[in-house]
Amino acid sequence: MHLHRRLRWPAWFAVAALGALALATIALHRGESINALWLVVAALCTYAVGYRFYAKFIATRVLLIDAARATPAERLNNGRDFVPTNKWVVFGHHFAAIAGPGPLVGPVLAAQFGYLPGTLWLIIGAVLGGCVQDFVILLFSVRRDGKSLGQMARDEIGKVGGFVAFLAVMSIITILLSAIALVVVNALKGSPWGTFTIAMTIPIAVLMGVYLRRLRPGKVLETSLLGFALVLLAVFGGAYVSHSALLSRWFTFGAPALAVMIIVYGFAASALPVWLLLAPRDYLSTFVKLGTIAILAVGIFAVRPELHMPAMTRFIDGSGPVFGGKLFPFAFITIACGAVSGFHSLISSGTTPKLIARETQVRMVGYGAMACESLVGVMAMIAACVMQPGTYFAINSPAGLVGGDAAAAAQTISSWGFPVTAAEMTRLAHAVGEQTLFNRTGGAPAFAVGMAHIFSRSIGGEAVMAVWYHFAIMFEALFILTVLDAGTRVGRFLLQDWLGGLWKPLGRTSSYPSILLTSALVVGAWGYFLWQGVRDPLGGINSLWPLFGIANQLLATVALCVATTILIKSGRLKYCWVTLLPLVWLVAVTFTASLQKIFHPDPRIGFLAEAQRLLAAVPDNAARAAELQRLAFNAYLNAAVTGALLLLVLVLLLQSGWRWYQVISGCAARVSTETPFVATSYAREEA
Amino acid sequence: MRAVFQVLLAALREIFDEGPYARFLASHRLPASAASYRLFLEQRFDGRPRRCC
Repeated sequence: MHLHRRLRWPAWFAVAALGALALATIALHRGESINALWLVVAALCTYAVGYRFYAKFIATRVLLIDAARATPAERLNNGRDFVPTNKWVVFGHHFAAIAGPGPLVGPVLAAQFGYLPGTLWLIIGAVLGGCVQDFVILLFSVRRDGKSLGQMARDEIGKVGGFVAFLAVMSIITILLSAIALVVVNALKGSPWGTFTIAMTIPIAVLMGVYLRRLRPGKVLETSLLGFALVLLAVFGGAYVSHSALLSRWFTFGAPALAVMIIVYGFAASALPVWLLLAPRDYLSTFVKLGTIAILAVGIFAVRPELHMPAMTRFIDGSGPVFGGKLFPFAFITIACGAVSGFHSLISSGTTPKLIARETQVRMVGYGAMACESLVGVMAMIAACVMQPGTYFAINSPAGLVGGDAAAAAQTISSWGFPVTAAEMTRLAHAVGEQTLFNRTGGAPAFAVGMAHIFSRSIGGEAVMAVWYHFAIMFEALFILTVLDAGTRVGRFLLQDWLGGLWKPLGRTSSYPSILLTSALVVGAWGYFLWQGVRDPLGGINSLWPLFGIANQLLATVALCVATTILIKSGRLKYCWVTLLPLVWLVAVTFTASLQKIFHPDPRIGFLAEAQRLLAAVPDNAARAAELQRLAFNAYLNAAVTGALLLLVLVLLLQSGWRWYQVISGCAARVSTETPFVATSYAREEA
Repeated sequence: MRAVFQVLLAALREIFDEGPYARFLASHRLPASAASYRLFLEQRFDGRPRRCC
């Protein structure tokens, strides 16, 4: 025991020193490729130090976590929603809920700045921001009988806070769904193999739904294994489809056709009974997600690939082809999930607080699970950076910028200092079973190529690269479509709840006219932005992903405002910097990004400048003139949406600031909204 | 090793809703059936965000 204690501090010193060495290596290394393990070591050591020291400080000094206090899972144990659960089980449940496609797509897009900015933001943003947000919101929800973020915002900040939280969730849902749907469209366009595989996941999910409901009710693990085997068959079957002249024609679609299919799918998934499509897809994608993340981690450790992307590229000046805008603020908007994600606060104040058995477990679940998600983001960054930079930019640059012709695109990208040839890209495309990899914007194809590169070096070599590539595409698309149908359904329920206040029949969640109307409204909203992205000559991601990042960070601002307000109201003013610092950073990022997205004079960044450029263009014919008008309208709409999001942040900040002033100046009483203390019986059992 | 496996299995059962379904049946005193499972899923996917982006 004594030896253990004596060794503890030198061990932590060694971890900190190793982390510092790894961070210094990735930060100072220039000119040559670097091994990916440095990124992983830097991340793991920083998370460990952050968890051991910073999270412990927050737990003991700031949140005053009380091991003797009973949690709602214990006090309100009803054997259904409130159930004291093993901490590792809650950890797994929480991680599976928070890890979505965001930490995979964002870092891949942000890799245009080089591996360094995104990696540092993923690690530092998570340790000081994202993990803290998830941790404090989870604890505050536990202390309030598992209340949701919206309820806490209403109670702590006022009605405006609750309304802003509602609008933020609706904005996120609309913009997120359009952005990720566009990622799928760009991944599947002109790809019969990918389209076939994803199309097959729909009958597979229906089959799983029927199996689960009729044959083996509730046997989800067994059904998911069956579904996974069928999905693997679909991946291999895709190879046959892509080689068949007839079948490949049936499954080859352009972006507009795929967008329409996804919109119809989203509507059907939201309106159909949940057991038939939505639930089995949710289980299937979770199964594939957890498995693939685990294999990717093992693959990176086994292969230890070299990163070919430089630490920083010339595109930190804002001229990047993947999306326009400088390193600050756009790297911090592009990577939301993985560093700080407002959406997590909905999960941290959802099911998880009702399962926590002891307050002492909140640190591991809240802070620890977010650190794991950040590591997933670092792995996505590695997957993007193992490619030659020329290849990365050839995949991620829109045709509107580098040209649709392979030779011209290769020449343009090479002129930026990232050599690539059309022949190399053709060879790579054939190796992964595609016709072309040029202009495949959205992040998913680049991630799939990187993942296939890592996997094929550990199992099967180049011969199976096409299978790995399409496995990765299937994994991402399956994942994204699940978020799409579940998100549409959540949006539908929120809308029904709100419309029910105006006219009761619209609020009935079992009424089919109401279901069809609200599903159409939600799908119409994200479908409009998706269609706009598909028709955008710059690929759409350039405008949609930053909008999503802004909306997501807005929700994080709501969460951190709620947390800061609770700290101030409960007399812990001297520690409010713990949530105030990430809040100030997010406000700076959100405001700068929003203002630049609206007013920047460069049309690739500013929506108003883009609208004016389009209106000033001289069209060749009437059809082109109408198209320019439509594109200009879209740019104005994007500016209006961004302005509305900015206004929401401002209103919330003013409301919160006023509340803080009232409490600090003594004008308002410090009223605790925590549920009264009840001693836990677990402490006695332990004693 | 056995304990680790049991916790892992319990986590998977929770993630994949097998545990919550068993609790649902017990708390509502329902038999495992197609109708019970449908009722469970409708409550489980009741519009609260279950998965993050």
